[in-house]
Amino acid sequence: MSALPYIIRKEFQQIFRNKVMLPLLFVMPVVQLVVLSFAADFEFKNLNVSVVDHDKSTASRLLISQFSSSGYFKTEQFFNSSQQALVEVEKGNTDMILVVPKDFEKDRKTAKPTQVQLLINAVNNQKAGIASNYAQQVLNIYNKRNMPQFASSTNAVMPLQVTFSEGYWYNPTLDYKTFMVPGILAVLVTMLTAFLSSINIIREKELGTIEQLNVTPISKFEFIVGKQVPFFIIGMFILGIGLTLARLIFGIHIIGSPVLLFAYCAIYVVAILGLGMLVSTLTETQQQAMFVTWFFMVVFILLSGLFTPIDSIPLWAKAINVANPMKYFVEVMRMVMLKGSGFSAISTHFGVMALFAVAFNSLAVLSYKKTN
Amino acid sequence: MQTAISINNISKHYGEIQALKNIGFEVEEGEIFGLIGPDGAGKSSLFRILTTLILADEGEAEVAGLDVKKDYMTIRQRIGYMPGKFSLYQDLTVQENLNFFATIFKTSIQENYHLIKDIYVQLEPFKKRPAGKLSGGMKQKLALCCALIHKPEVLFLDEPTTGVDPVSRKEFWQMLKKLKQEGIAILVSTPYMDEAALCDRIALIQKGEILKIAPPENINQVYKGRLISVKSKKTYELIQALRALPQVASCYAFGEFLNATFKTDVQAIDPILNELKQKHFADLEWHQTQPGIENVFMQLLSQSQADDSSIKAQKR
Repeated sequence: MSALPYIIRKEFQQIFRNKVMLPLLFVMPVVQLVVLSFAADFEFKNLNVSVVDHDKSTASRLLISQFSSSGYFKTEQFFNSSQQALVEVEKGNTDMILVVPKDFEKDRKTAKPTQVQLLINAVNNQKAGIASNYAQQVLNIYNKRNMPQFASSTNAVMPLQVTFSEGYWYNPTLDYKTFMVPGILAVLVTMLTAFLSSINIIREKELGTIEQLNVTPISKFEFIVGKQVPFFIIGMFILGIGLTLARLIFGIHIIGSPVLLFAYCAIYVVAILGLGMLVSTLTETQQQAMFVTWFFMVVFILLSGLFTPIDSIPLWAKAINVANPMKYFVEVMRMVMLKGSGFSAISTHFGVMALFAVAFNSLAVLSYKKTN
Repeated sequence: MQTAISINNISKHYGEIQALKNIGFEVEEGEIFGLIGPDGAGKSSLFRILTTLILADEGEAEVAGLDVKKDYMTIRQRIGYMPGKFSLYQDLTVQENLNFFATIFKTSIQENYHLIKDIYVQLEPFKKRPAGKLSGGMKQKLALCCALIHKPEVLFLDEPTTGVDPVSRKEFWQMLKKLKQEGIAILVSTPYMDEAALCDRIALIQKGEILKIAPPENINQVYKGRLISVKSKKTYELIQALRALPQVASCYAFGEFLNATFKTDVQAIDPILNELKQKHFADLEWHQTQPGIENVFMQLLSQSQADDSSIKAQKR
């Protein structure tokens, strides 16, 4: 009979005895999922607008109220000149300056082209971009609602207008959380399994227990599998907890097949465990292993498409990203959870991940054999 | 009697450093064989070769009649090894550790309980305690239990009593005597000379070379010269005076006495010392003493160092 069950039992005994690790396994997914999902919200509300109204007319007041009633802007600061308003920008008190020129009302009534000026604080360029977008929308609505008076009074033929109505598929309310949760879950599963497996074999090396194990009849295969199986189970368990939380807290249902999701996660975890073990065989101490894993994690996460769309990254980065297993997992999570993709839609992802799993694990086993 | 360990011309290099040079000896079944040598002498390397953890560069070795290269898997079933560093799981309890090592050898604690009974009785009150929280002596006893649980034919103990209190050391050696009666061959390394005296045979090892193999009671026969214990209140001056004498080969402080070794060709020692007493040291007293293992070891060590330096001098 194989010694495998006993090794696995021993690993679990050690994991459940670890007073730091065990709570972390349960607390980390909950905290990260909840905190990160809210923190990674790209919606900005209550942007501070400083108003410089040179016109002080009904039309300008209407425009300003259009901004404040949109829900995105707060128009509480008024100044007489742009210079004064800019001081507030420098102090960081205001996000945007709206300058309404003199004769704004008069020009609109006479159908002269008019302009308003928007000065946006771009220290945070993401925020500035979004503020500019919101402001455009507000101005569009204002233009539509307040067509110059002369148009109706002279019974002139209305110009043909094209109206856009937008519908967002797979995430109808454009809720950022719906978009973020599957991705964050993917990161969570990766981090836990990668870190745990990378320090595991090292731990036995550092404590010298590997010396005692090596003189027993345990084969290398049994040793490695016995080490990886518990983390595999933990990885799947984390996915289970995460999906439950996504449903309970964020009301996100898996539209596709949960079985498909777990099946993909299984292959993914095997690949990541292989990577973790490779790190473990190439390093000398737990500290080194942690830092190396951390390096990989940061690159994986930033290029995974979790926070930023990866379609816009440069070609060379895209080439690197082909080797980023997390990218595939984040994609599959979103596709299956939000879009309900079936196996045929993600079969390439399956193939690639299977390749990763085989490659990482073979490299790890080879490197382990060399060092021992 | 069968040969439990046979070593033939084993050599091992680590880069430039030669850890073992043409080592060869045999250990019989039911024999306690001691390896005595300073740190870095190559004891642990020899252990690691015999326990199939590393391969020798040259030479052959057999453990329990099996080749360490070809039959390493079978050897692992039949040997017990206690590394110099405590290598059990510190976060597992006494019982869990023992159980784990029993199960991976496909046996159970009950099956070989008679072997570990005397030791385990002392561990039993702490069986729920994590191994990392045991005292040094208890840790060693647990490690011995774990190494014995599968009833090995040969036991390898690498400095098993380093850092252990004298009482536990004594108990530990009593256990080894019992295991010897079970027919288990034991290869043990130790830096303690009093423990060396408890072995059936000892090998003095230095810089990867074996200086001498003999039963501990015979090892003093190789001592060259006559050893005299000398005492005076003026210890420092006495040491200087003795070392200055042409008839004295060496002189070391040894407790409250000085151990002076007189060269083999010196016939009468008393007149020399009497002269000293009359001249400078009124309170001088002396007696002849039997060289211990430590004295032999020191002498062999200084000889091999002298050889080394003369070789180096010749090369120049």
